[in-house]
Amino acid sequence: MKKAMLTLTLVVFLVATAPMVSAQTELSMWYHGAGNYVERDLIIQIIEDFNASQSEYVVTLEEFPQESYNSSIVAAAAAGDLPDIIDVDGPVMPGWAWAGWMVPLSLSEGALDDFLPGAIGEWNGEIYSVGLWDAAVSIYARRSALEANDIRIPTLDDPWTGEEFDAILETLQATGDYEYAFDLGMAWTGEWYPYAFSPFLQSFGGDMIDRSTYLTAEGALNGEAGVAFGNWWQSLFQRGLAPGTSQDGADRETGFIDGRYALQWNGNWAGITALEAVGDDLLFLPAPDFGDGSTIGAASWQLGISSTSENPEGAAAFIEFAIQDEYLAAFSDGIGLIPATANAAAMSNSYAPGGPLEVYFALSEAQALVRPVTPGYATLALIFEKALADIANGADVQDTLDAAVDEIDADIEDNMGYGFDM
Amino acid sequence: MIRAAETRKNAPLWVRLLVPKDAPLYQRNEAILGWLMAFPALLVLTIFLVIPFLMAFVMSFTNQRLVSPNPTEWVGLRNFERLLTVRLFTLEPERDEGGALVYDDDGSIAYPRLRNFTRKNPDYPELNGLREFTSWQSGENRTVILAADVVFLRALINTLIFAGVIAPLQGGLALLLALLLNQALPFINVFRAIYFAPVVVSMVVVSLLWRFIYDGQNGLLNTMLGIVTFGSFQPVDWLGNPYTAMPALIAMSAWQAVGFHMVIWLSGLQTIPTSLYEAAALDGAGAWQKFRYVTWPGLRNTAVLILIVIVIQAMGLFVQVDVMTRGGPLDATQSVVFQAVQRGYDKQDIAEGSAISVVLFIIVLAITIVNRYLTRDRDTS
Repeated sequence: MKKAMLTLTLVVFLVATAPMVSAQTELSMWYHGAGNYVERDLIIQIIEDFNASQSEYVVTLEEFPQESYNSSIVAAAAAGDLPDIIDVDGPVMPGWAWAGWMVPLSLSEGALDDFLPGAIGEWNGEIYSVGLWDAAVSIYARRSALEANDIRIPTLDDPWTGEEFDAILETLQATGDYEYAFDLGMAWTGEWYPYAFSPFLQSFGGDMIDRSTYLTAEGALNGEAGVAFGNWWQSLFQRGLAPGTSQDGADRETGFIDGRYALQWNGNWAGITALEAVGDDLLFLPAPDFGDGSTIGAASWQLGISSTSENPEGAAAFIEFAIQDEYLAAFSDGIGLIPATANAAAMSNSYAPGGPLEVYFALSEAQALVRPVTPGYATLALIFEKALADIANGADVQDTLDAAVDEIDADIEDNMGYGFDM
Repeated sequence: MIRAAETRKNAPLWVRLLVPKDAPLYQRNEAILGWLMAFPALLVLTIFLVIPFLMAFVMSFTNQRLVSPNPTEWVGLRNFERLLTVRLFTLEPERDEGGALVYDDDGSIAYPRLRNFTRKNPDYPELNGLREFTSWQSGENRTVILAADVVFLRALINTLIFAGVIAPLQGGLALLLALLLNQALPFINVFRAIYFAPVVVSMVVVSLLWRFIYDGQNGLLNTMLGIVTFGSFQPVDWLGNPYTAMPALIAMSAWQAVGFHMVIWLSGLQTIPTSLYEAAALDGAGAWQKFRYVTWPGLRNTAVLILIVIVIQAMGLFVQVDVMTRGGPLDATQSVVFQAVQRGYDKQDIAEGSAISVVLFIIVLAITIVNRYLTRDRDTS
């Protein structure tokens, strides 16, 4: 009797609530920014606006700390339990797409026309993800220090040449005013190495991998250009121009601001802090040109749709809603990143014409080159990081680059070409 | 009143297998009770230790990846061959047309570059992809040890050196501290707490702090040494120099863990009856003789325990490396576990990471067995 009553209650409850559930489809979303309240408020604002703007879908948010976000996705994918909307770091996206965890993103025609190339996640001819922002790096310098040493201030169209840059470093070091002439940020191990340092290699004419086939690094990384880059890189540390791999994080944060480093290779995200400390004297200068043009790394966190989503149209509708200019500008004002479109940049505080970080938008537009677009990137990045650290510490340049190439090629072979035709 | 036979008949199969048929009733009940009590712990151990280990063992014979749509395949011993292949190679010097030796600018004999032999040379297929681990002069020739995985080999040797140095260092220091603190002095518990404090602090935090202490420019250690030597000490980049990085890690690790082993020594010291010391004093024994003939024999079992614990912990060297050096500079601080994590997780090659774990397991097992054999109780054997 009791059992029957219970069953009846349950049935009544289910029938009563069923229409409520089916009226609006729930879309789950995972985001990497737990712990950052500004970012959280921004993303919640977008979700609330989206939920209020239509009645078909309801987006619910689950947040993860950045350090454990990727492993959560890996675990969820293994368990077949991915959310509908995921955010993904640009260079990692091809790996997830290749693994079959993401589906191509179908936005309406022209939705991404004005976007910075670095904010668009494309792999294998399909767009899988799109970012609300991009990031860029530049050389931090003090105008007064350059003028005192008769150093030309470079522009985007006329950057320092490799030789010119090298002579400038020697000059600044010789003044004796600084511990080091150029802070590369060796303390920031991990993704910073390929992101920030592979552009130098590219400017020498090399690359982390042969992008024409994505099947080998032979010739690209250990060819003449690669070795020339490696020799220059090693000499920076041997001549005592740059702090090496043992640099601690505190020196990285404060060394330039305290005036112990003359120049610093750093991202736009640190720009506001440096401006507050240094003031109008601060310059953001483009990367030097070592012969093959100047490039900087591109692509940051982006939004995409998981392959297990039952409502990819709904997920795409949300992403299209989120990439409106006003939200791009809001994110930029909140956490300091470069808005992905020119219109949004104009609406933002820092990147608008005349804004303190305006130069970064131009840098991103003109020089951004995404990191190698291959599912093998995660491994490639670590091999590259180790090679650069070893060369900085005095390892033989050619042997180290050869070993890196062997390891990269073996990994590609183990993975049957990572989806590229072998 | 339940009869023994009935209990046995109604018991589950595993109980019947484990408890001998002719055991007296109370013993049989005790055995059942014992297994029941051990059950929760055994379950947890099985899920989190036994099963993962068996999985790692199986995966080390496959090409399993963390993220991949490709099917998993058996690859036999490939992963182990990649880790452990080592070859000797004799490099002959370069000669000019007349057959005479060619010399470098600095007067040493010139050799062809190894990469001519190890990179896609059809005449030396067995050397393809190998790298120089170390080499030495033998007559005019150079003998080179080539390894398929130089980094792993360095990691293995580093880990063994780390364990070999830290076991006597940390165990000895801990004993010294324990002897000092095993006295009835005022505030002795305050000192015990102070020496124990680093053990409670997370290793990640300790590692971060010591990065600052070891800073090559204005770190605490360099500054202190500068003051003590009235400025004549040249700052050393402790973690940036391949020769000082590993000693720096060893010193810092010993500092962090010494308090824990001190407490174990202390507990050992307190099990030695004071009457033995009184008897020794009556026999006219001095401080050293008391230590040698009363304290040390009394600490025998403690010493065996501490030795095994330190060595096993040392073989698992990871956090310090991960936070402070990431294996550098020039592989001077690579460790086996760091390599297992980096390959299995960061490079997403879970099969290779598993293979490293299996190799580590076999080494630790061997060390423990040898240790047990060498320190066995000779009186009863």
